[in-house]
This record gives sequence, structure tokens and C-alpha cells, in this order.
Amino acid sequence: MKTAMKRALQFFLIAVTVILASPAFAQLAIPEIPYDSAPNLLKLPADLYLGEAVGVATNSKGHIFVYTRSGSTNVTTGTNRAFVRASSRLFEFDQNGTFVREIGHGLYAFIFAQSVRIDPQDNIWVVDEGGSMVMKFDPDGRVIMTFGRKPEAITVPSGPPLGFVPPPVAANPAIAAGAAGAAPPANVGAGAPGDSFNRPTDVAWDSDGNIFIADGYDNSRIAKFDKDGKYIKSWGQRGTAPGQFHTPHSIAVDAKGLVYVGDRDNHRIQVFDNDGNFKTQFISVGDPWAICITPGAHQYLYSSNSNNPYTMDNGEIYKMELDGKIVGMFGHAGKQPKEFDTVNAIDCRNPNEIFVGEIGDWRVQKITLHPEQAKK
Amino acid sequence: MRRLSEILALVVVAFVTTSLLAQQNAPKHAAAFATAPDITFDSAGNNYLKLPAGLYLGEAMAVARNSKGQIFVYTRSGEASRLFMFDAEGNYLKEIGQGLYGFNMAHGLRVDAQDNIWAVDEGTDMVIKFSSEGRVVMVLGKRPEFGEGILQTPGPGFSVPQEPYKFGRPTDIAFDAAGDIFVADGYTNSRVVKYDKWGKFIKSFGDKGKGPGQFDTPHGIQTDANGNVYVADRGNSRIQVLSNDLTLRAIYDNVGAPWTVCVTPGPHQYLYSSNSNPDNNNSIIGAVTGEIYKMELDGTIIGKFGKTGKLPGEFSTVHSMDCRNPNEVLTSEITSWRVQKITLHPQAPAK
Repeated sequence: MKTAMKRALQFFLIAVTVILASPAFAQLAIPEIPYDSAPNLLKLPADLYLGEAVGVATNSKGHIFVYTRSGSTNVTTGTNRAFVRASSRLFEFDQNGTFVREIGHGLYAFIFAQSVRIDPQDNIWVVDEGGSMVMKFDPDGRVIMTFGRKPEAITVPSGPPLGFVPPPVAANPAIAAGAAGAAPPANVGAGAPGDSFNRPTDVAWDSDGNIFIADGYDNSRIAKFDKDGKYIKSWGQRGTAPGQFHTPHSIAVDAKGLVYVGDRDNHRIQVFDNDGNFKTQFISVGDPWAICITPGAHQYLYSSNSNNPYTMDNGEIYKMELDGKIVGMFGHAGKQPKEFDTVNAIDCRNPNEIFVGEIGDWRVQKITLHPEQAKK
Repeated sequence: MRRLSEILALVVVAFVTTSLLAQQNAPKHAAAFATAPDITFDSAGNNYLKLPAGLYLGEAMAVARNSKGQIFVYTRSGEASRLFMFDAEGNYLKEIGQGLYGFNMAHGLRVDAQDNIWAVDEGTDMVIKFSSEGRVVMVLGKRPEFGEGILQTPGPGFSVPQEPYKFGRPTDIAFDAAGDIFVADGYTNSRVVKYDKWGKFIKSFGDKGKGPGQFDTPHGIQTDANGNVYVADRGNSRIQVLSNDLTLRAIYDNVGAPWTVCVTPGPHQYLYSSNSNPDNNNSIIGAVTGEIYKMELDGTIIGKFGKTGKLPGEFSTVHSMDCRNPNEVLTSEITSWRVQKITLHPQAPAK
């Protein structure tokens, strides 16, 4: 009898531990933040279209910049090599969503869009995964600094054998091995010391103007440069240990200079000091496709657990304190207004009025949060 | 001498056998061809659609009309897929979606009951929904990313694993009265997928094969007023009829290889199916194909019209039909790069 009770107690304790540790319980405890969406804010001229809205950012005037994938992808051959031509587009809208202009039309490294961010001086920073370049535009839209170099020509990888059945999307070897299809080197993803990128993903700055670039799909490192573009250092390689990455997909820096990296396929946000020393990690917010840190005295961290483009799972966005404490969450995957279809970018210049750029449904939504209406 | 005659005899036997076999394998007309009455018709000619100087149709993959009779054509061009809009008389109005991320290799185009325009692109594995004004309002599927490289197209007999939100060279789209969406998917997936009007996955039906409920390139799809789903199972030379929740109801296998099907609106609905000549321009097969059948929804043959050819009133691989007006059918053709307006003159039924 005693033994049976002891067993029951043991079982009970284990059950409680399991429930407390499970994500389901964690989510039950997280308050939902009420919110509205303006899904049709952006008005494009009749002959312009968004494709996958992978990057969105606002400047100090509230102008909205969208970096998108367009259909003009163009591979030409010459001297027995294949050359890729411009197919990313950067659009600027005013604060009401009225189209202002296109920036960088036909630019040399506008190949396959990934991210746009605006720095405190309203410079526009564009990260192009296909061009493997980061381009800094001044507020007038002129290129004033470049990082990385677009590959001169691309190697079109030969297909797998006839009858090859592709593995599930997450483990696609073509993605893992990169566009060239080459086997990764031993210290995979560490990259070369300097601004030589391999499908970079995102960019951020600290208050001194130091530049942090997340690099990327094929490299798995963070590269740091000073404000003049001089290489300082880089850290990380492909892996799961602290300080290693499996697709550093998004990056943000807080007012103290701490660096937050959305380490997407490792399902965690890693936090580093300004020199790249690992500080901590947040593992309870799913796959951080996009992160954003608000300005101001009390900074918040947003992170989107976006759905894989071929599913409708997850999709919620978390609002957190900088120490990882979850304040609340909102949204889920879907194609309706107020739903999210693979959020790839968040702008949070205004903490309760954020913009999300989505891969599915090719749209930008303006999300207004109403934390004051949250149920206590 | 005896040796020589033996050889001669062998050669003759071999020749006769080969020609007999060839005759057995010779392409034949569809089963319904001999008995289906001919429907008389006119064509408005090769230049029914009037394009501005500097614009051209390529392979006219799909044609569809909206409720105002305005005509939309989805075509393969020298740049990528292009979508052109014309008025009801065939005068050019505008282009929609030039340079769109989802436009690569045109395949299907349909206009729904609310006049939204749906393009199906087999080169990006995407379905794009435009509002009646031509703005993108929803997309289904995802274009494979730049970094994924080029994967070889799976060969015959192979199909890729089916995923709810990933198409494999989709071909066509249809809608029921509730707004649910049916995608014929496609060259590599061989299935029909049903979504709700917001693009949420409901059900997938079928895989690659020859058995009932299997498909060998579901190449066209339509629904009737009761929500039944008609699938042009081209490689299996049959139309498969499914209920609204995607269970097999019937098979019509007497109208050749249905490249495309069209169901008319109105109280008495008809089903058109095109036994198109092949797009490799094989003249032997072309001689026994090319006709379009008009049928009752239950498969009863009413008549047929047309034959393979390049002249007005002939067809060169009809790839889509619009039958919003039951006796004024628009056809779009792959190998003649044209859209024809076909006016039918159905005879009074024989007493």
C-alpha cells in the first residue's frame, strides 16, 4: 500500500514536471495581446506589385520601406557562364501607405531579397541573400557603402538522379549545401575574415554605429564592422552549441549593445555581448524567423515563430522583455487579415504599432497592439 | 538456295507481324467519335483578339471571361508568363501582373463568380488570386527559392511526397458555390487539393496511377452547381467525377484524352471536353484527335465539333476553354498561339 502510494506520488510529480515544462503549458500561461490589422495599407501604382514581402522597415518620418522578391529573375549565359540579373525591388511608401518611389531599380546585387532595415540616421540598409551583399543607401536613396561581393556568375547545380524523391523541406540538401551545391568545408559556416558573405540574412547596429551582419544560410556566423565599414571580427559556425548557429536569420541590438540573434533552425534566440561572447539563450519562443527590438527607455523584444511556408502551423509573435520574460503573444498562421503567413520581418519603431512583412500572401500588415485591453 | 528462301520467309513473317502490331497500336479515335453527332459551328478567326503593336501572344495556355464578358488570356511570352485583358469584343484593355514573382510558366486561368482572376503557374508552383481590378489578394503555394537550385523533374512513375501547401507543377483551378477552392495538382503531384476560401487546406485526393481515383496528370478541373468536381485525367484518357468532399463518383472514358474541361453555368449545365491533338505536333495522333465533345453532366454525349489544324475553325492543341456562354465557346491553343471564339449552332434534337 505504502509503495503504491509512493509510486502514485512519484508519478504525480513527474506528470506535474512534464506539464510545467511543456510548451503547451507555457503558452497557456502567456497572455494574448489584443490587436488590429491594416492589411491593405500599402497602395502601389497599377503596374507595380509586391512579391514575397521579405523585408519591411520604417524611418524616423514613418516612411515605410519594403524589400521584395519580384518576377524579373533573369539568367543569361555568356562566356559559358550563367549570370543572374536583378530581381529584387525596394519600394518606399509614406506613412499613409502612399507609394513614393522605387529605389535601386536594376541594381547589380538586387537578386533575391532578404531584409531591409533603417538606421538611426535614416540610412537604408538592404541585405540581399542572392547577391550575397549588404548595401547602405543614404536617405536620398544613393548607394554610399557596400559589403560583400556578388558572385560573378552562378553555378546551376545539376539535378538529383531521375526518380529522386526530395526529402522534407527542412532537410533539403540543396538548401543546406547552398546554391552552388558544393559540399560544405570542415568548419562549416565560419566564413572568411572580412565582408565575404554567403547568403546573408540581416543587419543591425549598436549606438556607436558598429555594424553586425547575420551571415547567413551558408555561412553561420555574425560579422562585426565599425561604422566606417572596417572589419572587426566574426563569431560562430554551423552547429547547435552555444555560439554556433543553424541559420542566423535575424539580428537586433539593444541600447546597451547586446546582440540578439534569431537562430532559426536551432529554435532559439542567442544573446551575445558586444564582442560576441555568449551570454544567454531563449528557447521557449519557437523558431525566431524575425526579431525586433523597440527603441525608448523600456525596450521590448519581438520574435515571430513563423510558419514554415509549406504549413499553417504556429505563426504567433511573442513580445518579450530583453531578459527573455514573455510579456504576451498575438496572432497565428493563416491568410486572412490579422493572420500571419510566414512573417520574415518585423519593424517595431513604434512599440505598439508594428509592421510585419510576410512571405506567404505577399503582403505587409500594420499591426496595432492594444496591451491595455489584455485580460488580466 | 534453300537457305535464301528460309531467310526470305523469315523476313516476310517479320514484316507482316510488325505491320499487324503497328496496326493494333495505331492511334484510334476516341470511343465516342464515331457516334457523336457533329455540331455545326463558326470561328471568329485567328485575330479575334486585337493586341496593340509590340504585344504578342505566345502559347495561349488559358482563356477565361468574367461576368461582363471581358476576356483574360494567360500566355507564355519571351519574358515570363503574361496576363492580358480584353473587352468583350476582343479589344485590348491592359496587362495585369507584369514582372510578378509568381509568373514564370503560364498554365491555367479562371475567373470566379465574384470576378476574381486566378492564375495557375506551373513554373513557380503557385496559384495567384487577383481582384477584379487586377491586384493580388491571395496566393497559394510558394515559388521554390533562388538558393534551392534546380531539381530534376521527376520521371514517369515517380511522384513527390504530397504536402498540404506545396504544389508540384499545378495545372488548373475551380471553385464551388461556397467559395471552396479545388486545385488540379498537377504534373508531379497527381492529385486534387481542396482549400477553403481563405486558402486553408481541407483535403487532398489521389496520387499517381491508373486505378480509379488515381491520376496521370490531372490537367483540368471544373465544378458543377451541385459542387461535383470534374477532373480531366489526361494521361489516363478519362474524366473522373468526384463529389464535393472528393470521393470518386463516376468515370467517363469515351472522349479521348481530356486536355481541358469546361462546365457551363445556368439551370441546364453542359460539360465540354477537348480531346486535343498532342503539343508535339505528331500528325498521326493529330489525325485522330482534335475534336471537342459537348456532354450532359452525366456523361451522355450530345455532339462534337472541330478537328486538328492551323486554319480558323480548326484546333492546334486546345489547352483551355471558356464556356460562360454555352454556345459561344472561347478556345485557347498552345501550338497556334491564338484564341478563337467558337459559335455553336446546335441542331434541334432529332425526333
